Amino acid sequence: METLLQQIINGLVVGSMYALVALGYTMVYGILGLINFAHGDILMIGALVALQAITFAQHTWPHLGALPTLAFGLVVAVPVSMLMGYVIERAAYRRLRNAPRLAPLITAIGVSFLLQTIAMIVWGRNYYSFPQLISTTPLQPVKGVYIAPVQIVILIVSAVLMAALIVLVNKTRIGRAMRATAENHRIASLMGVDANAIISLTFVIGSGLAAIAGVMIASNYGIAHSTMGTLPGLKAFTAAVLGGIGNLGGAMLGGILLGLVESIGAGYIEQFSFGFFNSSYQDIFAFVILGVVLVFRPTGLLGERVADRA
Amino acid sequence: MKKTMIALAMLAFGTVHAQEMVVKIGSSAPLTGAQAHLGKDTENGVRLAIEDANAKGVVVGGKKVKFELVGEDDQADPKQGTAVAQRLVDAGVKAVIGHMNSGTTIPASRIYNQAGIVMISPSATNPTLTQQGFENVFRVMAHDGKQGPAAAKFALSKLGKKVAVIDDRSAYGQGLADEFEKAVKAGGGTVTTREFTTDKATDFMTILTKVKSQNPDVIFFGGMDPQGGPMVKQVKQLGIEAKFLMGDGGCTPELIKLAGDAIKEGSAFCTQPGVPLEQLPDQNFKARFLKRFNAEVQAYSPYAYDATLTVIDAMKTAGSVEPAKYLPALKKIQHKGVTGMIKFDEKGDLKDGAITVYAFKAGKWEPLK
Repeated sequence: METLLQQIINGLVVGSMYALVALGYTMVYGILGLINFAHGDILMIGALVALQAITFAQHTWPHLGALPTLAFGLVVAVPVSMLMGYVIERAAYRRLRNAPRLAPLITAIGVSFLLQTIAMIVWGRNYYSFPQLISTTPLQPVKGVYIAPVQIVILIVSAVLMAALIVLVNKTRIGRAMRATAENHRIASLMGVDANAIISLTFVIGSGLAAIAGVMIASNYGIAHSTMGTLPGLKAFTAAVLGGIGNLGGAMLGGILLGLVESIGAGYIEQFSFGFFNSSYQDIFAFVILGVVLVFRPTGLLGERVADRA
Repeated sequence: MKKTMIALAMLAFGTVHAQEMVVKIGSSAPLTGAQAHLGKDTENGVRLAIEDANAKGVVVGGKKVKFELVGEDDQADPKQGTAVAQRLVDAGVKAVIGHMNSGTTIPASRIYNQAGIVMISPSATNPTLTQQGFENVFRVMAHDGKQGPAAAKFALSKLGKKVAVIDDRSAYGQGLADEFEKAVKAGGGTVTTREFTTDKATDFMTILTKVKSQNPDVIFFGGMDPQGGPMVKQVKQLGIEAKFLMGDGGCTPELIKLAGDAIKEGSAFCTQPGVPLEQLPDQNFKARFLKRFNAEVQAYSPYAYDATLTVIDAMKTAGSVEPAKYLPALKKIQHKGVTGMIKFDEKGDLKDGAITVYAFKAGKWEPLK
């Protein structure tokens, strides 16, 4: 029983991290119909910049305390990532907005490689130990079941950010402009919406989210390195598609579901298959579930049927 | 006096006229990716050896030889490993020091064998490597057929009888974990769970939760430090009391760095073929390495250094830089290296390779007696 509960907690934590990253994917897709494959790498840059800032803070103000130091890391990393998101959109995607759909997609993959290479030049190829400023000493809410404060923070942060985004998109003026741009950016600009600014803003918000996700992931595992964005990027993309890409609630649902399926699947497959399968099949679950869902609901769990953009 | 003059004149004459021959020596290790720190360490071992040999001046068959390093990055990826092997063959190297990982070395060794190039791996410990019947394949480290049982013996006698085994599904990790598991069972221990991850993963909570449910005394991980470090952290996060044991892939300063404050004295151990760095016959090596590269010895550089000088030694003995000519000399070589005496058995494995067990103590790996 404790084992099952522990696996559920593991799944929820991993799922929240996927969800946090998936929100950025889904926002950009919702507006532009573009799958921004560089999203995972913005996450990585965010984490490494935060690492740099935190190291600086620890040397300069050694008595600052853990949480202010982490906050300082975020205060530096989030704007840097936002700026990066803005520059990427301006330089790499804007000119391709009316190009065939494949062109921005390939460009996104190119940007992803570019960011990884830049990170490799700036920070080298080593794995860095990321200071775990939120405690990782586990608490025991139930006897035999452990959860660390850093994991609780991850659960809360992703829930809060998702809620904030939903409010932003559905209840504010900017949100209305975003929805209008998503519908049709040319007509939206005829109606007085500055579509370019709105699209830039979407990238900026998405990149800020990525930086927060990067810092959370690095804080949880205690490591940061130049390829750390690839796997969460891939999983979060899967989560976004699973939940219905373009839908914020769907990203959250997809992420959590994916985390749970992976952790419970890998935890129990050996018993269910009588030892025929084992935990080395952990990564397969995600894609089996994705396949099944897409067969029956091609737009994902919460996705709506929309006219093809291409 | 007159004789000396003549000798001197001849020497001067000789130096002027001896043509300098350039001989390329290949090195292959992961220089990018998670294991880049280990790969760089290995390559630098080769580099230092070549610089030392060139500084001393090596004469092979009456000709002065200048050695040149051709360093390649195989990314610890078996597919890249064979591509790199082909590149090294095409570059005309006379010997290859590498590769670092078993997963890349085994497929690459076939290519070197076909091309007739001598290959000495400083660190590939999967037993299969030298069991393929290739004449030209050597290694300067005891293999996992010895390391696995040594780790198992240590675990059973010092840590406990209930053992959980995890591996990263690489040729090295899987091979070592298999040898370990076999030896644990033969030694009267029980293997509670066998779990798997990859050499790119960072999250082990799921498999560790499963491991925990069986309450083992020891967790053995067959894998490298980029996974081992975070794994130690997650062991702590799940409140697991079991001791943590790794093979040579975890016997690095990097593991300690990545594990942070989760690694505790008396709860983390690793085994490493070879003698402890502190007990290297050549005590200067670490200091010289640090001075030259401004980096600590991680793991394999002393072995890479020895492997390189062993080949050069064989070339000198045979009076030829051609692999086919110096191969017989290499098989019979007795080279006094920084890691000890290098000599090979009929398969190309190191003779009398030692295995040392280390425990985490006072911020570093301390060899156990």
